[in-house]
Amino acid sequence: MAEKIATRSAYGEALAELGGKYPQLVVLDADLSAATMTKGFAAKYPDRFYDCGIAEANMTCIAAGMSTTGLKPFTNTFAMFAAGRAYEQVRNSIGYPGLNVTVVGSHGGPSVGEDGATHQCNEDIALMREIPGMTVVVPCDGYEMKQAVEALILHEGPAYLRMCRYATEVFTDTLPGYRFELGRGVTVRDGSDVTVIACGICVGMAVQAADALAREGISARVIDMHTVKPLDEALVRKAAAETGCIVTAEEAYVSGGLGGAVAELLSECGPVPVRRVGVRDTFGRSGTAAQVLAYYGVTAEEIEKQAKAAIAMKA
Amino acid sequence: MQNRELQLLAAKARLLAVDAVHEAKAGHPGGSLSCMDALIYLYFEEMHIDPANPHDPARDRFVLSKGHCAPALYSVLALRGFFPPEELKLLRSIKGHISGHPDMVYIPGVDMSTGSLGQGISCAVGMALGAKHQGKDFRVYSILGDGEIAEGQVWEAAMAAAKWKLDNLCAFLDVNGLQIDGATKDVMPSEPLDRKFAAFNWHVICVNGHDFDALRAAAAEARSTKGQPTMVLMKTTKGKGVSYMENSVAWHGKAPNDEQFAVARAELEAAIRELED
Repeated sequence: MAEKIATRSAYGEALAELGGKYPQLVVLDADLSAATMTKGFAAKYPDRFYDCGIAEANMTCIAAGMSTTGLKPFTNTFAMFAAGRAYEQVRNSIGYPGLNVTVVGSHGGPSVGEDGATHQCNEDIALMREIPGMTVVVPCDGYEMKQAVEALILHEGPAYLRMCRYATEVFTDTLPGYRFELGRGVTVRDGSDVTVIACGICVGMAVQAADALAREGISARVIDMHTVKPLDEALVRKAAAETGCIVTAEEAYVSGGLGGAVAELLSECGPVPVRRVGVRDTFGRSGTAAQVLAYYGVTAEEIEKQAKAAIAMKA
Repeated sequence: MQNRELQLLAAKARLLAVDAVHEAKAGHPGGSLSCMDALIYLYFEEMHIDPANPHDPARDRFVLSKGHCAPALYSVLALRGFFPPEELKLLRSIKGHISGHPDMVYIPGVDMSTGSLGQGISCAVGMALGAKHQGKDFRVYSILGDGEIAEGQVWEAAMAAAKWKLDNLCAFLDVNGLQIDGATKDVMPSEPLDRKFAAFNWHVICVNGHDFDALRAAAAEARSTKGQPTMVLMKTTKGKGVSYMENSVAWHGKAPNDEQFAVARAELEAAIRELED
């Protein structure tokens, strides 16, 4: 069995590893460095770590200001506060002037678990996607996260990086020819009957679902859409044309998130059945990550079920 | 620079700003006129800037945290040579880039896009922190409104600036006492401002915001203050320089009509002639 690691942990390791290579990188946090995993960077590079206290709006704009002096700031807090509380700061002080800041939202989605609804941010992907020029990245495992961090350090412009606290198996390191590139989805598994387009921890679930479907003679393609924006439209259209139906999967609200993005695209350029797995119009609740994900139907079993439903809808 | 030269530039900038707001039929003349002298002082005497090289990494920075007073900033930038004054005629117009609030992407000389109150001062803190971080010696200036400081983010920024001992940051608070809904003391009382900012570990200086000697002395005191940021509390007159706009909340965010503008122009042109003599 492969190693299990939360994307936030891989992120923390990546920051500390890449700090030496990229002297322009500075890291800001809002009193959550032990949870956002910036503590490793802070210990290694104390002069490049700025703890802004519990003041996310201020942190966001400080990063904007710092970026104008030639630095590359990464801001860190929970997704709820990064994309929710400080939404307008991200929009007006980073997005609108197109500044070179990466906003990192940890603890995204229902897999936050025990902390419950106030801390389970299901809308961050949708909120950040709405900001013009914003790159939105949701890595699926620890290996991919490390590539994403380096790509975002090198990226010029506003970006949102979502990560989660739930430890999942690392598998992208074993994919033949895997290479992370912003804006380019990864075909994890080829298939011809249906395509599952997923991001974050749902990519692993999609692979499990594809395995289960294969046992029933159904060939499911799986795409790791780590960059929700800009969406790899060519890859989505190709999948729609070749497999004739789509399932999306994310631990977020399906409206406005990856599911929304895929449905919006396909409705304009060649509709095929799209079934969306994710949270629907409800607040979260406490429980273990696995329990909460199951409660909201964000599971491999649900992806499998929706894949069959999508295939049944094909003309 | 002689005070009289600065006064003349300020009168010219006031005319440009009121003209632009009149032309646009919208904008914020009251607060633009109250902070105009400070802007003129900063751009014509205090700051190390070069209109021919607006992105010079070594330049001093300015953030108009009260971004709705863009007509003042634009007029000063135009007078200083960042762009032709004729472009001010396109304030708020779809035909140009002189937007309703400062836009750093399109307008030469604008160091930060602002308009959403409370955010600019945090950005200024970030710039000052960026300078300290890289051992650069440029300074950062910002002007806030006294209504703006009801935004909690201003106080988050104030704490952070003190934490990092940003003595390269000098902010000016435009205390004109009026905001859209009325007198600041009625809408949301903010006094005692001096004790509040002192309690947040800022060096506080109180000045008459229309007195160039006082502004010059305050900026010098800020430069020599080590280990803490400086807040210059400027007592100002909203609508300064146009008789019927002075101390009138009605002119917070309203454009003069043709007749009103004619009166404003006559008054400001008279001030200009007097200073040119």
